[in-house]
Amino acid sequence: MPRLTIHEDRCKACGLCVEFCPKDCLALSDKFNPQGYHPVELVNPDECTGCAICAKMCPDVVFKVEK
Amino acid sequence: MAAKTFEKGNVAIAKAAVAAGCKYYFGYPITPQSDIPEYLSGVLPGVGGQFVQAESEIAAINMLLGAGSTGKRAMTSSSSPGISLKQEGISYMAGSEIPGLIVNIQRSGPGLGGISPSQGDYFQATRGGGHGDYRILVLAPATVQEMYDLTILAFELSDKYRMPAMVLADAMLGMMKEPLEEWIPKQAEEDKSSWALSGAKGRERRKIKSLFLGDGELAEHNWKMLEHYREVEAKETRVKIEVHDDCELAVVAFGSAARIAKSAVDRLNDEGRNIGMVRPITVWPFPYKEIRELAEKDIPFLTVELNVGQMVEDVRLSVEGRSKVSFAGYPPGYLPSPDEIYEEITKLLDKKD
Amino acid sequence: MKTVFERPQSLVDTSFHFCPGCHHGTIHRLVAEAIDEYKVRETTIAAASVGCSVFLYDYFDIDVVESPHGRAPAVATGIKRANPDKFVFVYQGDGDLAAIGTAEIIHAANRGENITVIFVNNTVYGMTGGQMAPTTMLGQRTTTSPYGRDFAQDGYPIRMTEMLAQLEGVGYAARVAVDSPAHLGKARKAIMKAFATQIENRGMGFVEVLCTCPTNWGMGPIEANKRIAAEMIPYFPLGVYKERTGSDFM
Ligand SMILES: Cc1ncc(C[n+]2csc(CCOP(=O)(O)OP(=O)(O)O)c2C)c(N)n1
Ligand code: SF4
Ligand code: SF4
Ligand code: SF4
Repeated sequence: MPRLTIHEDRCKACGLCVEFCPKDCLALSDKFNPQGYHPVELVNPDECTGCAICAKMCPDVVFKVEK
Repeated sequence: MAAKTFEKGNVAIAKAAVAAGCKYYFGYPITPQSDIPEYLSGVLPGVGGQFVQAESEIAAINMLLGAGSTGKRAMTSSSSPGISLKQEGISYMAGSEIPGLIVNIQRSGPGLGGISPSQGDYFQATRGGGHGDYRILVLAPATVQEMYDLTILAFELSDKYRMPAMVLADAMLGMMKEPLEEWIPKQAEEDKSSWALSGAKGRERRKIKSLFLGDGELAEHNWKMLEHYREVEAKETRVKIEVHDDCELAVVAFGSAARIAKSAVDRLNDEGRNIGMVRPITVWPFPYKEIRELAEKDIPFLTVELNVGQMVEDVRLSVEGRSKVSFAGYPPGYLPSPDEIYEEITKLLDKKD
Repeated sequence: MKTVFERPQSLVDTSFHFCPGCHHGTIHRLVAEAIDEYKVRETTIAAASVGCSVFLYDYFDIDVVESPHGRAPAVATGIKRANPDKFVFVYQGDGDLAAIGTAEIIHAANRGENITVIFVNNTVYGMTGGQMAPTTMLGQRTTTSPYGRDFAQDGYPIRMTEMLAQLEGVGYAARVAVDSPAHLGKARKAIMKAFATQIENRGMGFVEVLCTCPTNWGMGPIEANKRIAAEMIPYFPLGVYKERTGSDFM
């Protein structure tokens, strides 16, 4: 199974990763990060293919993807 | 001792730059300084250097900023209207503490003015010229030999204090020919490896910048620069003073004006008068202290300039009311003869007697 | 397990100051990937420009000098001429490159300066609060075109890549976008090519990247991202406009 590391503190909740994940694995959470944003979280880990589209679309380099 | 040649002042500057190891020149043509780029465009490629004719003086000064940020000895030259365009870059270089030589072979202004000699850029040169609180080193030669000597000194001081330096001459000094003895500086170039950009290899990355947004950061930077300027004032002020006891009056003039004034002063002294001569060689830092000391001896001054009154303000600031400061100004298009200055001095002496 | 995506090494591990969804961050990352790919981190000297990207020196682990507004190509010329062995790039916004700095970019390009130029076109002056830029679209409302840009008043949006591709000194010129995974792939390749152009001494490598400015466009990040394809690409077509492969650059 691919491993997605999310550097939550860096997330600005722009939603681009959520929009582009082909498997709808991501969503913005309800919690706040230190910057005051609702950081993204992996809600569907089983569906994640490790395609890294989220990581590439993210302007804030929040993800690390391994598989 | 090297043989003397007969050279134009502009060429002396260009030759001095090569002697000082300057390999990079960036400039845009303008009369009356084009001998400098013309000479260097021929010589620099042969010494492994680069001559770039820029699209404007703005581009040229920024090329100098770029080369200077990497610690390479480099220069630009221009004349008054072009120097106005360079002010943005000079301000950034000063703020970023980047060395580099700027030569101003002054012509007349304001505006397109004319190509005759002038000292109309004194304020611009000595007050910084661009925006913000800064100064640059300004050296004012009065002979072709000094065009050479002070160009080398300007490079050395610029490197030493990490601030832009200017050689402030004019059309007369640039175009006239005089004997020149060329020499090669023995002093090794300042080691700039502690700050120059060279690629972040085996060390922390470096930023050279003038933007300081942190709390109090910019004020601190300005204070630091001021402290630096105070050091330069204390150590690098250069002035030629020929004043004897019981001096009746001292003429203060720099560059071409000083040459003409000196002939008048010599003549008066030959006739038995006791007239002094004060010639600032650095106009920033200005010899405030030296002139004040003369003022304390009650010596009156006559400031002679090829403009309508700029350096005279610095003379007055030095004197601070201790003695009388008169002014003889010659706006562009017209060079006074020694006779006219002779008359000017005699008038003042008559009034006094 | 294999790492398929991670932060490029030459990108300092810190947060960007950019607004949410601003493509400047993505473009920074792509440039850092190219620095890593060509292993030029230790030989790079960059010239930062004035705009939202002025803090280049806080984000890239490289030597950087700051330029006055628009003058980065001249600064880079000075760096490269005095240090031909260094890798030199500039990163400029559209106000910086296409307005105040037009003379500097055109002549650096025309001289064939061996530098790499990353040109970020977001159709506004971002840093100063969203005023009209030379690239602002017709009809686009900005803080200084409150009725929408009108060609009779302000002319048409300027297409820099097409213009620069005409110049012999340019070895590579492309316009790319980072608004979709497919475009991103091409953008990455173009930036790599613009790096290679310099490394192989083929003159200026120029890449225009269409960029969002959600803040000054008055849009959310997703909507702003969509605007790239909907409004910008039709007027600013993507593609490679020039690519020298051989030594026809004399
Ligand atoms: C000489 C000068 N004029 C104006 C400014 C103000 N200024 C700062 S950034 C900027 C425009 C930046 O816009 P752009 O280049 O498009 O970059 P962005 O911020 O959109 O990334 C302006 C006009 C300045 N710093 N210097
Ligand atoms: S790696 Fe691909 S599938 Fe997994 S979360 Fe990211 S975009 Fe979705
Ligand atoms: S793209 Fe990046 S910054 Fe935007 S929501 Fe996703 S993780 Fe957060
Ligand atoms: S103002 Fe615009 S260009 Fe600047 S960081 Fe914000 S979104 Fe990006």
